[in-house]
Amino acid sequence: MLTYTIRRLILAIPTLLFISFIIFLIVKLSPSDPTAGLPLTIPPEVREQIRQSLGVNDPILIQYFKWLKLMMWDEPLHLIEGWTGWNVAPEGGARIISYQTRSPVMDLIIQRMPQTLWVVGTSYIVGILIALPLGIISAYKQYSIFDQVGTFISMVGFSVPTFFTGVLFIVIFAVNLGWFPSVYNTTHVVTDWDSFVVQLKQIIMPVMVLGLYNASQISRYMRASMLDNLNQDYVRTARAKGLNEKVVVLVHVLRNSMIPVVTVIALNIPAVFGGAIITEQVFKVNGIGQLLIIAIQGGDVPVVQTVSFIFAVLIVLFNLLADVLYGVLDPRIRYD
Amino acid sequence: MTDTTDQKASAPVMEFQTYRAARNQWWDVWDQFKTHKGALFGLGFFIFMLLFVFVGPLIWTMDPQFIDIRARNAGSSLAHPLGTDQLGRDTLARMMAGGQTSIAVGLTAMLLALFLGTLIGVLAGYFRKIDGLLMRTTDLFLALPLLPLLLVIIMLYRDNLRAAFGPEGGIFVLIVVVIGATSWMQTARVVRGDVLAIKEREFVLAARSIGTPPHRMITRHLLPNVMSPIMVSATLGIANAIITESALSFLGLGFPSDFPTWGRLLFDATDWLTQNPERVIWPGLAISLTVLSVNYIGDGLRDALDPRIRGR
Amino acid sequence: MTRTSLLLGATALVLAPAAALAERGSSGHLNIIYWQAPSTLNPYLSGGTKEVESASLILESMARFDDSGTMVPWLAESIPTVENGGVSEDLTSITWTIAEGVTWSDGSALTPADFIFTWEYCTHPEGGCAQASFFDGVSSVEAVDDRTVRVNFANSTPFPYTAFVGSESPVLQAAQFAECLGARAPECTSANFGPIGTGPFVVDEFRPNDVIELSANPNFRFPDRPYFATVTFKGGGDATAAARSVCETGEFDYAWNLQIDPTILAGMEAQGNCEVVVAFGTSVERLHLNQTNPDPALGDVRSTVAGGPHPFLTDPIVGQALSMSIDRQLLVDIGYGAGGQATCNVLPAPELYASTANDGCLVQDIPGAIALLDGAGIVDSDGDGIREYNGIPMRVLFQTSTNAVRQDAQALIKQWWAEIGVDAELRNIDASVFFGGDPASPDTFQKFYADIEMYTNNFAGVDPQAYMASWLCDDMPSPDSQWQGSNIQRFCDPAYDALVAEMAGTADLDERGRLAREMNDMLVRYSIIPLVHRGGVSAHATTLEGIRMSDWDSELWNIMDWRRAE
Repeated sequence: MLTYTIRRLILAIPTLLFISFIIFLIVKLSPSDPTAGLPLTIPPEVREQIRQSLGVNDPILIQYFKWLKLMMWDEPLHLIEGWTGWNVAPEGGARIISYQTRSPVMDLIIQRMPQTLWVVGTSYIVGILIALPLGIISAYKQYSIFDQVGTFISMVGFSVPTFFTGVLFIVIFAVNLGWFPSVYNTTHVVTDWDSFVVQLKQIIMPVMVLGLYNASQISRYMRASMLDNLNQDYVRTARAKGLNEKVVVLVHVLRNSMIPVVTVIALNIPAVFGGAIITEQVFKVNGIGQLLIIAIQGGDVPVVQTVSFIFAVLIVLFNLLADVLYGVLDPRIRYD
Repeated sequence: MTDTTDQKASAPVMEFQTYRAARNQWWDVWDQFKTHKGALFGLGFFIFMLLFVFVGPLIWTMDPQFIDIRARNAGSSLAHPLGTDQLGRDTLARMMAGGQTSIAVGLTAMLLALFLGTLIGVLAGYFRKIDGLLMRTTDLFLALPLLPLLLVIIMLYRDNLRAAFGPEGGIFVLIVVVIGATSWMQTARVVRGDVLAIKEREFVLAARSIGTPPHRMITRHLLPNVMSPIMVSATLGIANAIITESALSFLGLGFPSDFPTWGRLLFDATDWLTQNPERVIWPGLAISLTVLSVNYIGDGLRDALDPRIRGR
Repeated sequence: MTRTSLLLGATALVLAPAAALAERGSSGHLNIIYWQAPSTLNPYLSGGTKEVESASLILESMARFDDSGTMVPWLAESIPTVENGGVSEDLTSITWTIAEGVTWSDGSALTPADFIFTWEYCTHPEGGCAQASFFDGVSSVEAVDDRTVRVNFANSTPFPYTAFVGSESPVLQAAQFAECLGARAPECTSANFGPIGTGPFVVDEFRPNDVIELSANPNFRFPDRPYFATVTFKGGGDATAAARSVCETGEFDYAWNLQIDPTILAGMEAQGNCEVVVAFGTSVERLHLNQTNPDPALGDVRSTVAGGPHPFLTDPIVGQALSMSIDRQLLVDIGYGAGGQATCNVLPAPELYASTANDGCLVQDIPGAIALLDGAGIVDSDGDGIREYNGIPMRVLFQTSTNAVRQDAQALIKQWWAEIGVDAELRNIDASVFFGGDPASPDTFQKFYADIEMYTNNFAGVDPQAYMASWLCDDMPSPDSQWQGSNIQRFCDPAYDALVAEMAGTADLDERGRLAREMNDMLVRYSIIPLVHRGGVSAHATTLEGIRMSDWDSELWNIMDWRRAE
């Protein structure tokens, strides 16, 4: 398994280079323009000058290699310098600069990480914590009232889009009851218990909206997979051996049912980093998701490219992690 | 009553006929399916929905695009049983017309994604040689930024498709292909994970030892055993397709704005949540209940197709 | 919705003595929400409305426009004119005098050198300055003495109030931006995100595309203002959510650009927590009728002069019938409410330039339109409900940007046109593509691969000369010009070009008005169909006083006078 992991990690480098190039092509080819958002009162010649100064019209390959060099060499150096204080980055060295803000893209991403991790990360954990028990009990007591209600709620949770549930929550809890704020304050810092309560209040609605959606999806896979395994011969054997029912279900069956669930969870963790475009917009969280959508709308190629690339790295890593976990969950799975 | 349901029932089942050869088995499947109350109920509701959106407009003949500006934002009345929207268009007629598009897009895009995902997942899981290539392709598709990709596809192909299939037909093909081609990855990863585990089981080893060729291994031994995650993907996929379609149309990448779909009706109504709540309820209910009914049909089908359960 | 801008202006005057008693910072904290967040605070690097308006809290110019479009001296002592000698007789220079005692927020004095630097900064060839057009025709900026700046123009300029006037061309501090000229502009992140200004507020923290925290400028030239001590300027969400946060939850005090269904906004306002304010400038929602042929079969020459004229939209009778069948007032009621007025002019304001010759279009007349087409022999010859023009069925592709109000208007117009026998296929395109200038995209408004398109345009400031020059024959977008050009509908009339030339050489205001009206009338018969004169719509909490919303300048132009009601 170790050699497999190392081989996959080495293979990941050309894969990621290829992916980054494809992403770059798509982002460049898509019809967008950094001057599209400007008022029409700004004349075409000025727009052309702005594009010129951004380097939008350079040949595609040159733009790509410029970006690649910055991404692979200069940005990591700046990151190391930022973390350790060592003076390794070239003085006044080039950075990946966003078209819209004219500031380094990495700074934007770092600035937005906290709120995205707070909201999307918490919602993902909440989603998993709801989904696993829900899926297990639903499967164990198939067609019980609990199962029926759980199925209904998770189907509604998945099929009603977040643009609607978000607004519904705001109308109920922010407008009518006045319990929670409808606008997320990104400058809020948690220092003590009181400020933690404030933070809790402002994340609770987006976390519930996203958590419901995540829980629906994971619980369906959990339930289906448990059902498959509950009828297997080994379960009968285990019961016949006189094993405690709890051990049978929560150790034997659960472990064998985890493969699809692990796949789905690992598949969606990169999405935590990617933020949630709609939910972030509804609650004005302004995290990575909002950064990405504004960049796409504003034709901000460096931001779209960099965020997508980091996203791709996470996808490759977490899918590798899932593959490794398969082997842990079911030792019969061999890759060598 | 039983006659009609009987004929309709075979329609979704046909999908899986390729996997299983013997015809007489289908009666067993149907018998098992009938015992599943939820599945029967789901099937009944789904047929009702199909009748509502496809036969309904023959009875309720109001044009969904007709604007009666004096009747705007009206509640339910005899003239407009479900009320009207902000331009005075009849909600009932729009629900029917919207359902045609939404169900058609949802089903076709889901089937396309399911087909691609299952094919790639099974191949990658079963044949070690192409596993790496297929899974890296999956990584690539997962990593592609969806919105710029859509803009590129629309820019390149919209006019050609419009010329070939007409304005609405062209967009329909485009949307189905786009949604299908960008949502198969989860199914593929899940199916592959299951296949990896199943192909090490004893019965597969046994089948292989008697020289079963790969295509029979896949269709007879592997596919039936990965049915349940596929069914879950199917139900999640149909909801996903309906909602993605509304997001695309909203962004101006989908159907023309005066062309209703359930997702769009729900989106447009969201702003009216406090003023006119019933506008939200109808499309929201239609989407949820349709997805729910597909879910129950999927549950029943999975049970019916599982020989172990069927024997019970 | 109520139109309160004028009223508020009056109350502000009445309250002035009371306000004089208030102290700087006495009103506490102000929350503003702009649902599109500013990406930088340097308006020269990004010319978007959101950037310009947020920067107007910090950076100022010589003069600003008040809510009636009148120029008021701001950093200058007075407005220079030919009469007071501030503008030279030959109209080639304007001399501004900086008011006494103006300092930057860091305490240093504002000097002519800052203005000279700002001009150099924006006209640097590698800078990509978004406001470069404000310095068009400026040959030099020079210091006369340590409080006087002279702007010299290369040619006689009848309207010299461009550079350093309005929120788009404020003065930057030379000391702060000295290292940021030209290609180095993007390296100055801290300066771009926290410019030192002369305005009422200073930046404490700026998060691009998210939030700005500001506090009162301790060195502001009016010792008692601003009345607010701190400001949070939040961005994100959408217009409905912004309105909700002011009118329903009360979390914010001021929300900008609330282009939402008037019924919804009225419902929110009825709850009594907020007041909707409107200000009209020169924005007009209009239809452009493609004068060239956009048929896809033409390939590369579609929508160009080389592709030939449009099969039927060049006929004024067709344009007139299309215009007559539209009920503009209904479009206003459905989509704009108090934020719109039906109009028949592409140049609706200032009053001097607004023509009254076309006002007949304000009344919908479908029978008249039908009679007009029938009379011209444009009839439905094959019985399919669609008229044929010389054998060509009158089907049009009608495109606009994606926006709920526009899509409603499209649906209504489609129905009216169906009644007179014209079939419209609707298309909406994402605004970032539609208004983008990507020559590779078929969907930009400049390329106009459609028969009819709808959008809003306006001009900055109060002088329409440059705006009316948009429709010169030479200014058509075409492949040769990379589809750049402002004559979107491909209108060409030598008589019109002559009028543009005449206006450029005319200084007399009344004569300029006559010329502008004449040009307007040529355009609206019938290559442009004006629909709605649009105003800016904002909402503020009822506890907020002193707002005089202006569409001629940043709508936050007088934020130093805003205060919390007792």
